[in-house]
Amino acid sequence: MTWLEPILLTIVTASTPLLLAALGELICERAGVLNLGVEGMMIIGAVCGFAVAHTTGSMSLGVIAAVVCSMIMSLLFGFLTLHLLCNQVATGLALTILGLGLSGLIGESFIGEPGHKLPQLELPFLSELPYVGRLLFAQDALVYISILGVILVSFVLFRTRLGLIIRATGDNHRSAHALGYSVRKVRYGAVLFGGACSGLAGAYLSLAYTPQWTEGMTAGRGWIALALVVFASWRPLRLLLGAYLFGAVSVLQFHAQAYGIALPSQLMSSLPYIVTIFVLVIISGNKQLTKINTPACLGKPFRPDR
Amino acid sequence: MRKIIAMISAACAAFALNMTSVLPSQAKEPLKVGFVYVGPISDHGWSYQHDQARIEVEKYFGDKIKTSFIESVSKSSDAERAIERLARSGYELIFATSFSHMNPTIKVARKFPRVKFETATGYKLTKNVAPYGGRFYEGRFVIGQLAAKVSKTGVAGYIAPFAIPEVIRGMNAFVLGARTVNPDFQIKPVWVNSWYDPGREADAAKALIDQGVDIMVQHTDSPAPLQVAQERGIKGFGQASDMSRFAPDAQITAIVDYWGAYYKRRIQAVLDGNWKAENTWGGFNQDMVHMAPVKNVNAELVALAKDTQKKISDGKIVIFKGPLKRQDGTVFLKDGEVATDKQLLEMNFFLEGMKAPLPN
Repeated sequence: MTWLEPILLTIVTASTPLLLAALGELICERAGVLNLGVEGMMIIGAVCGFAVAHTTGSMSLGVIAAVVCSMIMSLLFGFLTLHLLCNQVATGLALTILGLGLSGLIGESFIGEPGHKLPQLELPFLSELPYVGRLLFAQDALVYISILGVILVSFVLFRTRLGLIIRATGDNHRSAHALGYSVRKVRYGAVLFGGACSGLAGAYLSLAYTPQWTEGMTAGRGWIALALVVFASWRPLRLLLGAYLFGAVSVLQFHAQAYGIALPSQLMSSLPYIVTIFVLVIISGNKQLTKINTPACLGKPFRPDR
Repeated sequence: MRKIIAMISAACAAFALNMTSVLPSQAKEPLKVGFVYVGPISDHGWSYQHDQARIEVEKYFGDKIKTSFIESVSKSSDAERAIERLARSGYELIFATSFSHMNPTIKVARKFPRVKFETATGYKLTKNVAPYGGRFYEGRFVIGQLAAKVSKTGVAGYIAPFAIPEVIRGMNAFVLGARTVNPDFQIKPVWVNSWYDPGREADAAKALIDQGVDIMVQHTDSPAPLQVAQERGIKGFGQASDMSRFAPDAQITAIVDYWGAYYKRRIQAVLDGNWKAENTWGGFNQDMVHMAPVKNVNAELVALAKDTQKKISDGKIVIFKGPLKRQDGTVFLKDGEVATDKQLLEMNFFLEGMKAPLPN
């Protein structure tokens, strides 16, 4: 058990940014908006979080800044796709390119500056439990937020009226509109939520995972998050499972290598994507499954004409 | 709408190339020296070190030269345009600082026979293209010795990007250095399949420390592994630039790419009119590899590092010298035989006695 604990702790840190970003994208896609700009929003979150935390010395201000800046990015996306009805795929890609470039500009003066790490919040008594104590109850705030977020999103999505409205908007925006719901408002909300989550994921990278700012530090994690949403077939609990699975694969392959087991590391690096393709094949092979899970209006623009 | 998107993306693409403005030539005609970087100058690694050297030579030569640079030129189609643009606007000496710039440079060089080109880590030599590089493996021999002195377990964690000769040669040199102290010294390599991914590098470092290594070496570019070493209380070595700010108690030293001296020599040669296209692969002896100040160890080791560096520089220590066998037991160098540069540049095997397998 003692050797297992550090491995599991590493898996938690590797999985949390994926989970946070994917959670936001899940709500976004459930409402019918495909935002491919996760990577761009995430890196803006990372740089703004680091910049503010480094300048003010306050970690909480850093996290808040990360969330706000990523939300501004997502607002831009929302305006372009929901108001001007731009193509969502193209706009999302542009958002990623913009984010990567802009973050380099913002972060220029912070290169080579060592950062501080988010403190671990140890819950009294619980963190002293044998075996699981430190693992479950001595993490930093963002890890707790990511787990609670999954539960909250799952509850809201399937147990509340708001969740029903979000799903209706994503499944059939004409009907939702006819029923009197503002498709645009719901989607703005979902897009902003997606931005906020990406911001948290970015903040986790630059303030907890590797406390530093370096250009391109997201290194494709936004894309893995996007793949995860499909992998989870748009269900939050499966998302939790998937994020930890992807995190575990990437960490365990290093352990295997260090242990002397020769694994083709290139294959391991591409595993999340291969698994996603595999899941896609399974989903689309079964019409029933496709109907139940995929938001039917995903990526389709909506123009309220009345 | 589609048209607007197309226009925006075209504008983005143009912007992404990041062309710095190239000023028209002045009346006084200082020598114009151009630099092309593969990454952003803020990468704090490869391109950053080249730009530091550019700033150094600009200060050194004053108004005798004028420099400018184009950064983030990673695609070879972009490289050709960037290099040609410099050549066209009167730059007489152009340093293209990435392996991926070699072929574009050769192409442009044919069109501009009077312009002098240099390509870092390249190997093609023509009338006006000179390849150059650093023998960074010499630094790895030095840190190998230090690692073996510091490590109690006799095993170093080694975070490696790709199984290419440059990296493998470094690992072999490291082990040869370590074996001068501890003949049984081993490395535990972890291949992260990236030159630069702070997250993965940190995960790899954690995995290695969890498995009991007590010294960390990296050939990847981010300071993340050293940060982990600092956090977990073990020692390690920086890569490409001095990373001690990230790990004040953990970094013993770092192998620093130093281009300033070489650039000074080459620019001086152009100014004196005796520049010649030749292949340069220099180490300590040509002042192309530096070691960051040795810290966090006792005075004996500081002296050892200095001494080894001097001996390598003077040729008293030859790192790859026979008898040496490959991992599979076949002979690489016979007794007393010294590896040729060609053998070093093509090295794709571990040496005998190393337990870790080489991927593929």
